[in-house]
Amino acid sequence: MKMIAKEELSLKERMARMRVVEGSYAVAHAVKCCSPDVISAYPITPQTHIVEHLSQFVADGELDSEFLTVDSEFSAMSSLVGASAAGARCYSSTTSQGLALMWEVLYNAAGMRLPIVMTVANRALSAPLNIWNDHQDSVGARDSGWIQLYAEDVQEAADAIPQAYKIAEDPEIRTPVMVCMDGFILTHVYEPVELLSVEEVERFLPPYRPEHILDPENPKTFGAFADPSYFTELRYMQWDAHRRALNKIETVAREFAEEFGRWYGGLIDTYRADDAEVMIVTMGSVIGTIKDCIDVMRSEGMKVGLVKIRSYRPFPTEALRKALKDAEVVAVIEKDVTVGNEGALLTDLKAALYNTPTRIPVIGFPAGLGGRDITVRDIRRVVDRAIAARDRGIEAEMEFLSLREDLL
Amino acid sequence: MKITVAALTEPGSTVVNKTGGWRTFVPVVNHRRCIKCSLCEIYCPEGCIHQIDGLFVPDLDYCKGCGVCAHECPRKAIEMVLEEK
Amino acid sequence: MEKLLAPGHRACAGCAMPTVINLVLEAAGPNTIVATPTGCSEVTTTPYPESAWRVPWINSLFENAAAVASGIESALKHFGKNHNVFVIAGDGSTLDIGMGCISGMFDRGHNVKYVCYDNEAYMNTGVQRSSSTPPCTSTTTTPSGKVSFGNPRPKKDMPAIAVAHRVPYVATASVAYPVDLRRKVRRAISIPGPAYIQVNAPCITGWSFEAGTTVEIARLAVETCLWPLYEYVNGELAGVKKIHVKRPVEDYLKAQGRYRHLFRMKGGEEMIRVLQQLADENARKFGLLYEGDVACTSGE
Repeated sequence: MKMIAKEELSLKERMARMRVVEGSYAVAHAVKCCSPDVISAYPITPQTHIVEHLSQFVADGELDSEFLTVDSEFSAMSSLVGASAAGARCYSSTTSQGLALMWEVLYNAAGMRLPIVMTVANRALSAPLNIWNDHQDSVGARDSGWIQLYAEDVQEAADAIPQAYKIAEDPEIRTPVMVCMDGFILTHVYEPVELLSVEEVERFLPPYRPEHILDPENPKTFGAFADPSYFTELRYMQWDAHRRALNKIETVAREFAEEFGRWYGGLIDTYRADDAEVMIVTMGSVIGTIKDCIDVMRSEGMKVGLVKIRSYRPFPTEALRKALKDAEVVAVIEKDVTVGNEGALLTDLKAALYNTPTRIPVIGFPAGLGGRDITVRDIRRVVDRAIAARDRGIEAEMEFLSLREDLL
Repeated sequence: MKITVAALTEPGSTVVNKTGGWRTFVPVVNHRRCIKCSLCEIYCPEGCIHQIDGLFVPDLDYCKGCGVCAHECPRKAIEMVLEEK
Repeated sequence: MEKLLAPGHRACAGCAMPTVINLVLEAAGPNTIVATPTGCSEVTTTPYPESAWRVPWINSLFENAAAVASGIESALKHFGKNHNVFVIAGDGSTLDIGMGCISGMFDRGHNVKYVCYDNEAYMNTGVQRSSSTPPCTSTTTTPSGKVSFGNPRPKKDMPAIAVAHRVPYVATASVAYPVDLRRKVRRAISIPGPAYIQVNAPCITGWSFEAGTTVEIARLAVETCLWPLYEYVNGELAGVKKIHVKRPVEDYLKAQGRYRHLFRMKGGEEMIRVLQQLADENARKFGLLYEGDVACTSGE
C-alpha cells in the first residue's frame, strides 16, 4: 500500500486514526460505513467473523440494515437479487463451498445487472475438504459476469468495499462486484488499519438510486426470458459494461486516493518494475512476501519486479501488455489450477500477450493450494526457473510450486 | 426497438401477441340466455371476456377457443362453433 | 375490468394457471409485487420484450422465488413501503427444488404470501413426475407400463409442511372455486407473516382431458375429496369446504388420460380402490361431509 499524502491529513493524524483490528472487523466496518439496506449471509469458515461483526453492529443499533439469517448461501444471494431489484444496497460475504452453492445465482445477479457487493474470503474447494486459503473458489467464478477485485492486505480489502459499490452502482456499469481477500491470512489477521467513517464514505460514495426498481407505480418486469434473437445482445451489454469498468475501476481508485490518501493500484499495480527483467505476476496476500523477497533479490543485483493484479475481471489486458512489454520473462504465481489445463491466470496472461510484439517466455506456478505457505524459498525458486526459461528456453510451462515429491 | 439493459419489460405488453389465431372453435354467446353470472369472465384463461354495455363478449383477438366458458356456463348460453377462416 | 395478467400470453388453450393468477391478483390488487420461479407461468408470460404482468414482477431462477421474495420484503420493510409480496409458483419449484428457500422464508417469518398453482407434475419440461404427483399417475418419468401403474409414491403434503413451520395461514384452494380462492388470498394478506396457499390447477396437456373441461376436472377433484379445501390459521384447522354429494374417484379418474391405464390394466381396480381410500381418508380427516350425507355410489 502506497501512501499518497493528503494535505489536510498528516501522517501523525493518520497514525492516530489507526486501530489494530482483525481483518474481518475492518471489512465489516467498511461495509457498515457504506450503509447497506439489506445484508444476507450464511456462516462458513473463514468468512464468519465478517457477518458476525455486521450482526453485532445491527444489534447495537450502529447499522440500520435488514440482516437476513438465511438457510444457505444460495438463499443469501437469491434474497439479495430480490432486495437489489427492490432498490436496496446489498451486501453478502461467503467463501469456497458457499460460493460454489451460489453459482447459479452469481450468473443471474450479473445478468440482471444488480450491483450487489460481496466479500469472498478465498478458500480451497473440496474434495478433499480443506478450509484454508487458495483462490480456486473465486477464480472458478471468473466467468459469472461479476467484477472481481483482489486485495493484498486488510486495509485494501476494507477500502475496496466503498470502491466496489461506487463501481457496481454506476449507471454505466451496473454489475456486481466481488472483493476477494485471502481466507484466514487476511480475514483473521490483526493489523493496524485506518477505519473509515460513515461521513467520509458518504462524501465518496453517492447514494444508490437505481433507475428502475420493483414498484407498483411503475410495474416493470424483471427477468424476462430472452430467445436467440435477443440473448447475444444482452450478453454483449454485460461484456461492454465490463469494458467500461476498466476505466471506472481506475477512476474510482484515484478518487479514493484523493479522498482517503490510500492507493492500491487501479486495475494493476507494480512494484520495482521499471527496469525489471524478471516479472512476477500474481494477486492476493502473497504479494507482501514477494515484495520482501524482491527487495532482497534487488539488493543482490537481481532485476526482479512485480505486477499485482487487482482487477481479475475485467481482465486488465492493456495494462498488463504495457507493464510487461520490457520484461524478459514472466512468472505467474497463482493459488488455483485448472485441472486438465494450467493455472487460469497463466492462460489469461498468455492470451493477453499473444497478439502483441512481446515475445517472452511466460511460465506459471500453481502455489499455496489448500493453504500451503508460499515461502521466500518458493519465490526464489520461481525466479530461478524464470531466469532459466529466459536463458535456456522453457522447460516446463507450468510447475506445481513446492510439490512434495516424497508423498507421490 | 432498442434492447433494454437487463431485459426489463413493459407491463402487459403481451397484448401485441394476438393469440386468436390459435383458435379452431369460436365461442358464440346467446345473450338472451345469459344471466350475467360472469363465470365465463372469471374462468377465461386469457382474461379476454369483457362486459360491454352489459353483455359478456369474448375478445376474439385473444380467445384461443379453449371452450371453458361454454362448458362452465350454467345456462348453456355459449356455444363453441367451428370457425371458418 | 382489465386483468392484471394481460392476454397475449402463451399458456395452452384451457390452462388453469392464468385463471389462478388472475384470481390471486384480483384479490391482492395492483399494490402487489410478484416473484415467480422458472416454469410454465414464467415462460408463457414473459418472452422478452413482452410481459403479460401488469404488476411489478421478477423471475430469478427455478428454486429461489421464496428467497427472492424474502429479499424484496426486507427491502420494502427497510424503506417503510407497504406493498403485498407474492410468490406465484408451480409445484415442481415449490415441493421439490425450492423447498430449502421456502423453508427459510417461512422460518424467518417474512410477510410473503406464497401461492403454488399445483398441476401435479413438471409440465413445462413435458409432464415429468414431481413430488406433488398423486399415486398411480402416469407421467413421462413414471409412465404406466406392463409392470407399472405409474407414480408409486404418495403426494407430498406441502400444506402440512407449511403448518409445521408455524406459518400462520395455510390453505388449499381450487380454480373451480373462485370465490373461495379470492377470499383465501384476502385472508392471507390480512394475517401478518408468511402464508401458503396451494391451488389445484388442472393441466390440459399433462392430465389429458377433454377441451373445455378444465374447471370441471378441478371441481371433480374437490367433489371426490381427492382435493380437500381447507384452511389452517395459527396451526388450527379453521375451515373446510363441505361436500354435498361425494363423488366416487372413478368420476375424476376416468376423465383424464393420465389415469387411463387404471381402467385398462389388470389390477387397475385395486389401484382405484387405493385412491378411493385416500379420498375417504381426506373426507374423514377434514370432516368434508355433512352429517348424514351419503357418498354417491354410482358414476353420475
